[in-house]
Amino acid sequence: MATLEQRAGNAANEIDERFGSANFVKRSARKIFPDHWSFMLGEIALYSFIILLLTGTFLTLWFTPSQGEVVYEGSYVPLHGLTMSEAYASTLRISFDVRGGLIIRQIHHWAALIFAASMFVHASRVFFTGAFRKPRETNWLIGVGLITLTIIEGLLGYSLPDDLLSGTGFRIAEGVLLAIPLVGTYLSFFLFGGEFPGEDLIPRIYTMHVLLLPGIFLALITAHLMLVWYQKHTQYPGPGRTEKNTVGYPFFPVYTAKAGGFFFIVFGVTTLLSAFATINPIWLFGPYTPTQVTAGSQPDFYMGFLEGVLRLFPNWEIQAWGFTLPLNVLIPTLVIPGLLFTSMALYPMIERWVTGDNSEHHVLDRPRNVPTRTGLGVMAITTWLILLAAGANDVIAITFHLSINAITWFFRIAIFVVPPIAYVVTKRICLGLQRRDRDLVLHGRETGRIVRLPNGEMIEVHEPISETERYKLTAHQVPEPIQLEPSTDTNGIPRRRVLASKMRARASRFYFEDRVPPPTPSDTHELESSGHH
Amino acid sequence: MTDQNDGTADVAHEPPTATSTSNEEIQRAGGLDDSEAPAPSTTSSGELATRFADPGLPAHTYRRSDIDPAAAKRREREVAALFGLSTLGTLLFIVAYFAVKPADASPSELIARVGLSTKLLGLGLGLSLFCIGAAAIHWAKTLMPDDEVVGVRKPMRSSDEDRREAIAALKEGAAGAGLGRRKLIRNSMLGALAPLGLLAIIPLRDLGPLPGAKLTGTAWKAGKRLISDPAGHPIKAADVPIGGVVHILPEGIEKMEHRLNEEAKATAILIRLAPEDLTRQRADRKGWDVSGIVAYSKVCTHVGCPVGLYEQQTHHLLCPCHQSTFDVERNCAVIFGPAARPLPQLKLTTDSEGYLVAAQDFDEPVGPSYWERG
Ligand code: HEM
Ligand code: FES
Repeated sequence: MATLEQRAGNAANEIDERFGSANFVKRSARKIFPDHWSFMLGEIALYSFIILLLTGTFLTLWFTPSQGEVVYEGSYVPLHGLTMSEAYASTLRISFDVRGGLIIRQIHHWAALIFAASMFVHASRVFFTGAFRKPRETNWLIGVGLITLTIIEGLLGYSLPDDLLSGTGFRIAEGVLLAIPLVGTYLSFFLFGGEFPGEDLIPRIYTMHVLLLPGIFLALITAHLMLVWYQKHTQYPGPGRTEKNTVGYPFFPVYTAKAGGFFFIVFGVTTLLSAFATINPIWLFGPYTPTQVTAGSQPDFYMGFLEGVLRLFPNWEIQAWGFTLPLNVLIPTLVIPGLLFTSMALYPMIERWVTGDNSEHHVLDRPRNVPTRTGLGVMAITTWLILLAAGANDVIAITFHLSINAITWFFRIAIFVVPPIAYVVTKRICLGLQRRDRDLVLHGRETGRIVRLPNGEMIEVHEPISETERYKLTAHQVPEPIQLEPSTDTNGIPRRRVLASKMRARASRFYFEDRVPPPTPSDTHELESSGHH
Repeated sequence: MTDQNDGTADVAHEPPTATSTSNEEIQRAGGLDDSEAPAPSTTSSGELATRFADPGLPAHTYRRSDIDPAAAKRREREVAALFGLSTLGTLLFIVAYFAVKPADASPSELIARVGLSTKLLGLGLGLSLFCIGAAAIHWAKTLMPDDEVVGVRKPMRSSDEDRREAIAALKEGAAGAGLGRRKLIRNSMLGALAPLGLLAIIPLRDLGPLPGAKLTGTAWKAGKRLISDPAGHPIKAADVPIGGVVHILPEGIEKMEHRLNEEAKATAILIRLAPEDLTRQRADRKGWDVSGIVAYSKVCTHVGCPVGLYEQQTHHLLCPCHQSTFDVERNCAVIFGPAARPLPQLKLTTDSEGYLVAAQDFDEPVGPSYWERG
């Protein structure tokens, strides 16, 4: 009898003779992966995508993507005799007649929410730690693409069951399409196969939801992961970690076990959540009909900011020369999100232009050490949160017995006032933290022990921090603002692109004017020689 | 995938045991064996350096399970117990699947039975998956080597030599194809490739008919009776008390070819105001009501939700989607929210039998604004 090792060896030989895989395995198995809890956020997104693929495939086995009308006679008696689409009837069937159907539907929906949420948080981690810097700009762009597609995929998904809530989503989408100048009505007629709601929508969005978009997701996610593998993961600053190494655990076995195990944890937690927390009980909403709507209806949270802008924007509409331009729809749903996503996508390029920094970065920033970027990020998140809250202004009004008009006006003002405040406060906090780090390095940690000097003076004893800690607090660079070049060169010939260089100097000042440089050995030296503490 | 820039550890090492490797050895392997030797705090000339020295990776601290075989054995049993719990979860799922059947429940018990089935199946599946994950991670954290390893990272940029060779290869290929010389081929190729996209776009034309005038008219016609939605009864003016509200559709709509499309445009709401609440109506809408009964399109002029919430005291119609508010006393003028135009009014009259009927179709397109709307 061959031992296990012999048999594995034989199999490996057969494979290697065909694929030459030993070389790849040799290098991959010992590839180093830096470890940190915040690196799990992207993993959560990946795993929830896999969960979506698995549960979605199950749903397709029973879901009927059709708007053909049927009269319901299934197990759920309260809806007996109602005319509804086959899509809605089949979703009822999945929920009530297919054993385990409801848990799969709920896992699918919860996984969609977790997918979106983990991507937002993952992107924030990447932003605040500067992981998007050269050479990783491409992966940032892929990420922005994935977030955009997720919003669309989610809208398509929750429209599939064709219940009263989901139909309302596409009614709004129709209004948005109609608002587009010149081609709006055509786009709408092409999407719905004629007038709203028509009979073509569900089959069409079904193909997009289960085939087209998942295919694109798969391609983008694969590219994203290949880049992570190839460019190698970034690492947090710390002793022994440099731009020229990776410190962490080998891919096999530690990383494989942790990452593989984490997939099961994410899947398990999503399942337990779905077992006990009902989501989207479509049987309570009834089938879609264009003549009714439920009050207090809310889209999934990743759509919330769009709902918010749509609710806050003033009712401007231009009518001239026989044409109508509904700015009240066009700007909040297409122009503003377009600008937000474009500036998010371009941020790495903008920052690179401002800093003029063209080198590779593999060691992450501590957010406090880049106060302007951190401030901008918090400002963006604050804006997003205000819009999210504004998208639920009716729910807030009812819950707290407030006037909807007052709340709307509050948000209309807040959206201009609060984000800049958030920026300033965050930046101040970062600078404060940097100063505290500086103090720690220079004066050590307060021990709370008071001693009395021979001359009677009472002082608190400070304990110097460890070398390791000191290195962590001082390893970063704090650039100085770029100085404006003189408008003529050394030969007195006027330079070209003066405006660009002026703008750049100004942007650079905005980024780096307030700076707390990390203490250097000479700083401590000076302190010591001046006989301080 | 070719991975020239591989990050394999440049230090091979055995899993640490207290006897085979000392902390210092690991640290030396990890901390110092990278291409960048830490800079000393003072340079040779005695000047102070501008940065603190990198002390290298901190010393590795061992876990109990690394040094104490009994602790390692305990960890091993915990991992095994978690895997065992997972198997129990799988069993629970299978038992619940066959034992709890919503199909057997009476209608009144259906929701409870589906709820029970969902909870048990979810608990079984969740436990089964979660415990596998917990076991793997516990195993990795307590029993697999936990010393950090250092790999080299080369810059992404290729060496100058590689770059030169790559450019040479491309140049050679381009010269072989004669792209620069054979302009005729290059141009005709572009001419063939560029319009290919059209072949994907043109067939999309049949996705739907052209809009034409479809957005301007609804199923309301002069003399069409108002029927209540969803009950479907015709309505007499006398049947509607002051303050009364009825959701309405045109009679016969249920038999129309594209019923939902027609309902989506024709849906309307009827409200009876007291005579004193009618004083602020627009002059050109005089006579559009029947003894204080007015009717308005229910399709919000913002983005089309049905405006279904009526406030009795204020006579405001509220759209639940984005809270546009329309004042029924003033012909549904917008008084709040993102909608820009009043709700279109349906002119009413009565037929010979005294039933409420439309006097004409809406005199403007209902619903959201669009470019050609005017
Ligand atoms: C990639 C991200 C995906 C997201 C964000 C997403 C999101 C959603 C959402 C929110 C629903 C509504 C579920 C409900 O509450 O009823 C849904 C339904 C559905 N999804 Fe997905 N989904 C994704 C991927 C997939 C994939 C890959 C498939 C199939 C291969 C799929 C198949 C379905 C089906 C058949 C339904 C309708 C059935 C039902 O509602 O019960 N989905 N999706
Ligand atoms: S659809 Fe009515 S307010 Fe937006």
